[in-house]
Amino acid sequence: MKQTATTKTTYHIPIGPIHPALKEPVFFEFELDGERIIDVDVKLGHIHRAIEWASRKRNPIQILYMAERVCGICSYCHPAAFALAVEDAADIVAPERAEYLRVIQGELERICSHLLWAGVAAHEIGFDTVLYLTWQVRERALDLTEYLTGNRVTKAMMMIGGIRRDITKDMLPRIQKDLQYFKDCYNKLGKVFLNDKTVRMRSQGAGILTEEDALKLCAVGPTTRASGVKKDVRVDTSYFAYGDLDIEHITPDKLTGVVNGDVYDRIIQRLLEVKQSIELIEQCIDKMPSGDIVAEPKLAKLLAQLKKVTGEGVGRHEAPRGEVIHYVKFDGNDAPYTWKIRAPTYNNILPWIPMLKGEQIADIPIVAASTDPCMSCTNRVGIVKDGNKYEMTKEELHRLSVEKTRRLMK
Amino acid sequence: MTKEKKLTPEGIVKSFKDEFKTKIKDVQIKKRAAGKKKNETVTIWMKIDKSAFKKVIEHLCKLQFPHLAVASGNDLGKTIELIYHFTVNFGKRMEEINLHISVELPKSKLEIETICDWIPGALITEREKMEMLGVKIIGIPDDRRCFLPDDFPKGVYPWRRDETGPDKFYKNLHEVKK
Repeated sequence: MKQTATTKTTYHIPIGPIHPALKEPVFFEFELDGERIIDVDVKLGHIHRAIEWASRKRNPIQILYMAERVCGICSYCHPAAFALAVEDAADIVAPERAEYLRVIQGELERICSHLLWAGVAAHEIGFDTVLYLTWQVRERALDLTEYLTGNRVTKAMMMIGGIRRDITKDMLPRIQKDLQYFKDCYNKLGKVFLNDKTVRMRSQGAGILTEEDALKLCAVGPTTRASGVKKDVRVDTSYFAYGDLDIEHITPDKLTGVVNGDVYDRIIQRLLEVKQSIELIEQCIDKMPSGDIVAEPKLAKLLAQLKKVTGEGVGRHEAPRGEVIHYVKFDGNDAPYTWKIRAPTYNNILPWIPMLKGEQIADIPIVAASTDPCMSCTNRVGIVKDGNKYEMTKEELHRLSVEKTRRLMK
Repeated sequence: MTKEKKLTPEGIVKSFKDEFKTKIKDVQIKKRAAGKKKNETVTIWMKIDKSAFKKVIEHLCKLQFPHLAVASGNDLGKTIELIYHFTVNFGKRMEEINLHISVELPKSKLEIETICDWIPGALITEREKMEMLGVKIIGIPDDRRCFLPDDFPKGVYPWRRDETGPDKFYKNLHEVKK
């Protein structure tokens, strides 16, 4: 970064719309005093695609597939929340077996997503070996997803009133084998992340979000739980088969005894959740009843039934990044009258501000990444200073972050 | 932030009815069972009068500090309905209660007070309601656009279904000349 001498005590740097961490467009404007961040402003909307508007000309089953394309990583969670909202409005009850299969898919997606995040987080602080290690494990999780659903990413598994593919007996050995592999890797990855001195130096005490801020700013998911707020839709409510399963809130103090709400805690939080997901899948396989997997297999009949519905419904599902909530209102037409999507990152934007205040520029990537933001990115950071415009590439910002790690290692 | 008091759905409804009486227009408690054990999740839908809105939120925050998921909006023709989706009682196994507070605003006077002073996390959702529905949020700490680009025309509100809606921007692909 080129810098000229200035008499001002603080200066502003804009970062984005292309995000330094992950691949999502969001714009930050930082007010800095030297290396320290004084204030942050976040600007959104660079990838607003008017999906809710597009739903006005589509029927609920078509919307399922559109909901799947809201996010590439949570391609199961959005249709899940949408299906729950429609089922709530139309009073459809999914068969018991489908509810268990839905949990398995949801938890498998959480494993994929958290492993992806762990790799990115390692990359942000310059540990590319760990990136490859975690993504190797994730690859196995994706292969398992492909085995169960036929696809790695956009799985098209959800259906209103059920799920589209069953898990048969001959599939179980493969699932069990892979789960065992994840468990073995979990211990290895836990050691790498939690005991490594440099990871600790970069993440402990960085990007702190207090419990009070997390509550007040309505943070969701691992971000809020890492600050000690016990909020998890899977535990707090009964939907899918979660009400039958043995599940409890996870907060980082389960492992360390204290909640600090820093980046380190958010790493612990996600690691613990991977383990929880593995256990949940095992429970589901043990307890899964036999029976149908969808309430109404004939789609034309289902659509005719949905066309008669008037009323509203809300569906909430715990996505890997936190609670996703969909609101649907029907007025007796083909298309729903209103469809409102609220993705978890929406609520995790404001918590960035207290997290980033007081941190250094080199901490921006890891702190911003620690909430696992999901918006959608280019490779550029613009710096405007004294009327001159510089461009700072993602690589340069990443280099700054890596250099800080190296400095600490000396 | 009191977290100790045990809240029941009926208790919540009673507490609001006692406090606001006729200002609470309609209340429905819905229970939905799921899974093999048929454990239930409780949802309260509450319609309130707009004059009591700020006080209702204040009352709710004093009852127990809620989590605001989001506010959604419907253009109902003559009025615009805002629904604030809250949850309370989280943190305990299957005790969470969904609370959806709905308030209708006439199109002649599209104004509502901000709740950011009680729940700072409401800022983004309130900014979204301003740009998407054209609702004026009185006292909002930051009234810039949130999701719409700065060069998006003024006076067009994407979620509206009347003449201020986005219809004039529609292009049907089959009608576009190649």
